[in-house]
Amino acid sequence: MPVQQAEVFEKVRNCLVDALGVDDDEVTPEATMVGDLGAESIDFLDIVFRLEKTFNIKIPRGELFPEDILSNAQYVREGKVTSEGIAQLKTRMPFVDLTKFEADPRVTNFGNLLTVQDLVNYVQSKLP
Amino acid sequence: MRWFWIDRFTEFTSGQSATAIKTLSLSEDHLHDHFPGASCMPNTLILEGMAQTAGLLVCEHGGFTKQVVLAKVSKAQFHFEAWPGDTLTYRAQVQSIKDDGAMASVTSHVNGQLQAEAEIFFAHLEQLNSRGDKLELFDPYDLFSWLRLLKLYEVGRDADGNPLKIHPHMAESDPHLRSSAVAAS
Repeated sequence: MPVQQAEVFEKVRNCLVDALGVDDDEVTPEATMVGDLGAESIDFLDIVFRLEKTFNIKIPRGELFPEDILSNAQYVREGKVTSEGIAQLKTRMPFVDLTKFEADPRVTNFGNLLTVQDLVNYVQSKLP
Repeated sequence: MRWFWIDRFTEFTSGQSATAIKTLSLSEDHLHDHFPGASCMPNTLILEGMAQTAGLLVCEHGGFTKQVVLAKVSKAQFHFEAWPGDTLTYRAQVQSIKDDGAMASVTSHVNGQLQAEAEIFFAHLEQLNSRGDKLELFDPYDLFSWLRLLKLYEVGRDADGNPLKIHPHMAESDPHLRSSAVAAS
């Protein structure tokens, strides 16, 4: 892991420990936010506040967690994200690997998609 | 029992900070029921007072038009018990306010000693009633009456240090203020 990425990871880890009340060793790059770390919807707001303060960055609403796409009938049919929706997600979330989700794009699977590494990638993309 | 867990504001700066006090009296019923024989103030109610101090600070920032609810207490530490005769001084500091919520740090002091500290999150809801109108969590006139009891408009300052003006949404709820506005126009 490059030095900057390691530093970013450490700070993201501290944010998640404070926000979610999890132990340091639970926060691994591969850990999923919802499934492994037990994050709930209000926790994401908490995490956004902490990341903004820690890294002195601005995180516009919907940029890190684009829930508006998942609630838009244009992009969701019969509980699955359409190819048009997937394209939107790829544009809005370049920091996330959507390969697995594309194979089974049920909306219910989306919540468990985001990993700690995705957060690190996102923060790095916001840093100068 | 009325759900008022602060007695009044002693300092209030819009969007930034607020200080409120709560004086404990042996005549309060809940002091006797929590730990029978040991009439200390329940920590949960101290936390509620801290949340009311910070929550009104967040509400005021939105002109009392947004639905602000306590969403999460990510940290709460209590260092000692508070007893009848004590005055709790709650100080709330806004850390961040966004469209979808706010975060505040709040402390409680007794005689200058740190009694409790908490980190509290508030969410802005966007609920509509069955007619599609924005849902009000409080009756505006009741809320306005409470704010006056808390001396908000006596001690409050806007971000530039000027006395806080009565918010339009609150003024509209008061029949006397409404009729004087009509008479003046």
